[in-house]
Amino acid sequence: MSGYSMHLLVCGGTGCRASHSEEIEFKLRNELEKRNLEDTVKVLSTGCFGFCEKGPIVKVMPDNTFYTGVTPGDAEDIIAEHVVLGRTVSRLIYEDPSSKEKVPDSKKMGFSKKQLRIALRNCGFINPENINEYIAREGYMALGNVITDISPEDATRLVKDSGLRGRGGAGFSTGLKWELTAATPSDEKYVVCNADEGDPGAFMDRSILEGDPHNVLEAMAICGYCIGADKGLIYIRAEYPLAIERLKTAIKQAREYGLLGKNIMGSDFSFDIELKYGAGAFVCGEETALIHSMEGLRGEPSLKPPFPSVKGYNGKPTNVNNVETLANVPIIFLKGADWFSSIGTEKSKGTKVFALAGKINNVGLIEVPMGTTLREVIFEIGGGIKDGKKFKAVQTGGPSGGCLTENHLDTPIDFDNLIEAGSMMGSGGMIVMDEDDCMVSVAKFYLDFTVEESCGKCAPCRIGNKRLYELLDHICSGKGKVEVLDRLRLMSEVIKDTSLCGLGQTSPNPVLSTLDNFYDEYHAHVSDKKCPAGQCKDLMEYFIIEENCVGCTACARVCPVNAITGERKKPHEINQDICIKCGACMEKCKFDAIIIQ
Amino acid sequence: MDTIKLTIDNKQLEVEKGTSIYNAAKSIGIDIPVLCYMSMKDLCIENKPAGCRICVVEVEGRRNLAPSCSTDCQDNMVVRTHTPRVLNARKTVLEFILSDHPKDCLVCPKSGHCELQDMAVKMGIRKIPGEEIAEMSTYRLDTSPSIIRDLDKCIMCRRCETMCNEVQTVGALSAVNRGFYAAVAPAFEQNLEHSPCTYCGQCVAVCPTGALTEVDHTPEVMTHLADPKKTVVVQTAPAVRAALGEEFGLEPGTLVTGKMVTALRQLGFDYVFDTDFAADLTIMEEGTELLNRLSAHLKGDKEIRLPILTSCCPGWVNFFETYFPDLKNVPSTSKSPQQMFGAIAKSYFAEKKEIRREDMVVVSIMPCLAKKYECQRDEFSVDGNPDVDLSISTRELAAFIKQANIDFDSLPEGEFDNPLGESTGAGVIFGATGGVIEAAARTAYEMHTGKNLEKVDFEQLRGMDGVREATVDFDGLPINIGIAHGLGNARKLLDDVRSGKSKYHAIEIMACPGGCIGGGGQPQHHGQTEILKARAAAIYTEDKNKKIRKSHENPFIKELYSTYLGEPNSELAHKLLHTKYFDKKKKIIVNQ
Repeated sequence: MSGYSMHLLVCGGTGCRASHSEEIEFKLRNELEKRNLEDTVKVLSTGCFGFCEKGPIVKVMPDNTFYTGVTPGDAEDIIAEHVVLGRTVSRLIYEDPSSKEKVPDSKKMGFSKKQLRIALRNCGFINPENINEYIAREGYMALGNVITDISPEDATRLVKDSGLRGRGGAGFSTGLKWELTAATPSDEKYVVCNADEGDPGAFMDRSILEGDPHNVLEAMAICGYCIGADKGLIYIRAEYPLAIERLKTAIKQAREYGLLGKNIMGSDFSFDIELKYGAGAFVCGEETALIHSMEGLRGEPSLKPPFPSVKGYNGKPTNVNNVETLANVPIIFLKGADWFSSIGTEKSKGTKVFALAGKINNVGLIEVPMGTTLREVIFEIGGGIKDGKKFKAVQTGGPSGGCLTENHLDTPIDFDNLIEAGSMMGSGGMIVMDEDDCMVSVAKFYLDFTVEESCGKCAPCRIGNKRLYELLDHICSGKGKVEVLDRLRLMSEVIKDTSLCGLGQTSPNPVLSTLDNFYDEYHAHVSDKKCPAGQCKDLMEYFIIEENCVGCTACARVCPVNAITGERKKPHEINQDICIKCGACMEKCKFDAIIIQ
Repeated sequence: MDTIKLTIDNKQLEVEKGTSIYNAAKSIGIDIPVLCYMSMKDLCIENKPAGCRICVVEVEGRRNLAPSCSTDCQDNMVVRTHTPRVLNARKTVLEFILSDHPKDCLVCPKSGHCELQDMAVKMGIRKIPGEEIAEMSTYRLDTSPSIIRDLDKCIMCRRCETMCNEVQTVGALSAVNRGFYAAVAPAFEQNLEHSPCTYCGQCVAVCPTGALTEVDHTPEVMTHLADPKKTVVVQTAPAVRAALGEEFGLEPGTLVTGKMVTALRQLGFDYVFDTDFAADLTIMEEGTELLNRLSAHLKGDKEIRLPILTSCCPGWVNFFETYFPDLKNVPSTSKSPQQMFGAIAKSYFAEKKEIRREDMVVVSIMPCLAKKYECQRDEFSVDGNPDVDLSISTRELAAFIKQANIDFDSLPEGEFDNPLGESTGAGVIFGATGGVIEAAARTAYEMHTGKNLEKVDFEQLRGMDGVREATVDFDGLPINIGIAHGLGNARKLLDDVRSGKSKYHAIEIMACPGGCIGGGGQPQHHGQTEILKARAAAIYTEDKNKKIRKSHENPFIKELYSTYLGEPNSELAHKLLHTKYFDKKKKIIVNQ
């Protein structure tokens, strides 16, 4: 970064791009040129900063000023005020949701304080389309060291000693996986990077690939060296065009630099990487389904064993690792297994990236050391619940995970603790719910997703999940009897116990965890025919409180189905037979005369 | 041999490494229920997608239940096959499957033969919980000339897919859609008719439910039988007599030729004839063609292509017209026995009896579903009147006999009518793989050498291996013969023919594994290879019992040539008994 006295880092991730970050970049450059500052100040497009809620982000270095919610129209002020006069543009500075204080320095923001960025270390820091910037951050040094100084066995042992576990969901030891693939004799082996990110709301893999693609390429090459493969494949969903573009650029650059291809860095080791595109089926994140999809077959899982480490792509031993897992690998070689294993908990080492979403102030992508508590993540990094509402639950692990309650807030997050609490790590989706969320509806939402994404190969997942969904819908519509709750549990347990792959084996988790933790809420739906959160439309009625109603007729006029009648200046009434429960009347009423029951 | 010691239901046992829990349990008399699983090892057919999850068992130390069909035994494994957890899981999963299956068993063509129905009985299903709110996955009905697809009844066992893709390499059926709406169908869910389907019917043969069934032509047959103006002639294929008894509870392999003849007569057919007669005729034509081609080839005629391929199997004809149209001049031009029969019945026999063509109805009883399509081909009709009007399968005939309240088992043995009912042992063995070429060898040998063939049993041509070969000595001239049954095996031989690598002079191909005895119209074998073997044995028994075992010695064949056709491959023979083939390469039509 020498030669420039200041850098303006503009987020070039998918989210910020969608909000015109490219135009912001363009305007910033324009403004600099107008003032002949283009040789003093550099505008850079980087990967995701993680704070997507407040995007587009522009970060000014070296002073770490973090501008949020920037629009192209703000470019002039940022240059004229911040760059020329050294005054921060106050309106673009992040305001802490609880203290209401403006925090210009990104390092001092609650969002950043507890974070430790290992997998995301280069995201939002370097230009992902320039290999030199990655190399300047010690990029490809690990690969160089490994192929020149370390035997494949020792390198694999180092990964194993680091305690790195798969970040895709199951948490299997990465080093052990490498060891198993290395141990299978074959003339051909493959390294596969699983970039078929599919959990609703999760986008860490996309961010890594968009923000730091070389990190993943380097890790794959290291893995190839360890297991004896000269071919790598990245299975990426076609819905990630920017990530695909950046990977293509990165692969091309790495080949030009001799960091991929024949005889890497003049050694005997050759390794090249190809992209394979997925059509967006969630189940293709399951490694056997992924392999079948790459082979051109229907994307459905097959029984393990044989494991891919023995019989994978084209029948050859194949090591499949998730993007985030791979993103941890190069730095482990640079800083050592001891360094990595010093971070985290006893059985879960390192950090984990979470996609924070839901009713939380700071929505975005965060990375924290294993062992950080849910409370720290939600209330410190996440800035607490939106609009001062009450925390109700947090759903981790995507559609395979479960809902945890207030009682679990002080649980240190790691693979085993989450499973013990009735949820799982999954790929790191974290959706926060407040008092307005109906837990039966939440379970139904996830089942809707699973039903849509089941491949249909095995009966319990194909039909059972559909039946679970129908029963939940039945409950939400107030038609369920108390007995259905037992049926719900029985079906869930059988689906878990009999399904072929991880999808069906975990899909009832949202149901089981909400049944365990929010049984009363289920019970209210079936016995009292009430939805305590007021979400299930069929179970609620809008009423006008006579005493409060002044007869202004505003509600009657806004009602789309003319369900409200009454004379002017006299209390009105809602006809329940006509009412479609849209809530427009309640929103309109200025006298708090309309309530939900 | 590596062995594994394990415990199943408290019984200790030792099995070969690689044995599944299901097979291990079976070896000690524990019959774990299976639905999707099907294994016919001798024919290299195996379907184990582990999809139905009915066969799950508890394995100590394992988190979830294991599908026994596809989980291999491990040392010291402790398996329990009927714990409450297992039984509850099986029943619940079966309830899931039934909740998405029509309940119209009473009118289902598979009723009584349905494996899902049997399973429901076995598991004691009395009601399906949640049925009132359960959506059903529904699909449009697809009717083709031979096969009806009613996917509402598909349980995704994938057996048809395995048969169509792996065994037959036809590639007409594969899984489509996902999740709840997943089913097995042609690509883009087009109609079977627009797919590369050969109508071999192997999908129907293995379908456990009523999702895949034959088009039932018995109602039309009944209409004709009821019409006093019509002379209804019936022909029965060789493989039918070896399997029909199974439908009446007789042991597989019981020959029921005589009872079948009596039953047909009681049903009202005016003449009960035998396709075996036409099989003998086929040998005369095809054998002569072989010898002609062979001698031309030996004389150095470069125009002549060898090997000659048999052409009596309509599924096979559809297969090469679809996948190997460039080789369409390689197979014999002889029509199949069914079509030869029809052509002779409506010419020679009709003239003899002075029956007008339009007043004669020819019905065939076939072990085959492709025959339904074959008899509807344009080239097999005269002025719109087909040589064979209707073809019904062994199963349809059985159902017809039952409908007519005929007590099959107690029927007296009947005799076929003449002249088209007399046949030789050579005609009978058409029903099993290798039979056509053996029959041809018996006749061609004598035609070529002019010598009497002492030993008519060509054991080397028999068996169940998918691809077989033998060299038959024609008095100093070695004839290389290849045999394939199952279209996947046929494809292997055809690829060699296409690339010019084939070393054979003649190849017999049958579309169905086992030949016609394993045809798509036969009683369901439910994956039991032993049934096919018993049927084959019955066929060879019938051959042995025949007084005449060489086609050219059939007195009525001799008479047919001397009084009508002249000689094999004569002009009239060509007109009546030979055909040509078409390029039917499929183009995918989307959104038709």
